[in-house]
Amino acid sequence: MERTRHISISNEHDIVLCRRSSRELARELGFNLVDQTRITTTASELARNIFEYAKKGEVIIGVIENHEGHLGLKMTFIDKGPGIDNLDAALGEGWTSHRGMGLGLPGSKKLMDEFNIESIVGKGTTVTVVKWQK
Amino acid sequence: MEIRVPILKIKNYLIVPIQVDLDDNAAARLQRDILIRIEQTGARGVIIDISVLDLVDSYLGRLLGDTAQMAELMDARVVLTGMQPPVALTLVELGLRLDNIYTALDMESGIELLESLL
Repeated sequence: MERTRHISISNEHDIVLCRRSSRELARELGFNLVDQTRITTTASELARNIFEYAKKGEVIIGVIENHEGHLGLKMTFIDKGPGIDNLDAALGEGWTSHRGMGLGLPGSKKLMDEFNIESIVGKGTTVTVVKWQK
Repeated sequence: MEIRVPILKIKNYLIVPIQVDLDDNAAARLQRDILIRIEQTGARGVIIDISVLDLVDSYLGRLLGDTAQMAELMDARVVLTGMQPPVALTLVELGLRLDNIYTALDMESGIELLESLL
């Protein structure tokens, strides 16, 4: 069963496609409505970050399994944009961007079970998030 | 593909049912359209119904809050109606505060709220 989806982000409508795609997979995996909404909202926030700061990038949405056989939904957001100079500040809620009030990173961290970010200035940013089935 | 949200006028009110998932451009255009319609019609109240939306992210949430504030400057009150429970829960977890917008459970109580405000 091939459930991995790749979405290129290069315009506003791609953000819509990204949330639609994450919703479909979350529903297929049997996540409840609240978790579906958390996943879809995270997809929207992080896809928008790509568009806003890097102009283009890629989102990979797929299924993972842990050693106990639990399934989870994993989303990876990759861009080759300017990168983030001060990650601690970007993950704090006081950080402001011109749109969305900078809630994307700290908000996604709260909405998902796992959150990882790697960013190199001048090279780009990769954010990986996971939501596990209950 | 152009998405346009209808803005209906009933008595002194504008009714704005958002029935589709809007991209950021369409959402920003809706904000402008609402303000223009307030100016054209002299409407005193606006109901923005989001009962079919299964997602409100920080961009749309902030835009709706801003719209309410802008409308207020034009002497119109905005009530957001029909937010689904998972959407409300996620917005609060996300950390978005919608302090400056009136809300009601459904369109009928939204109208009642507007009548009490005006």
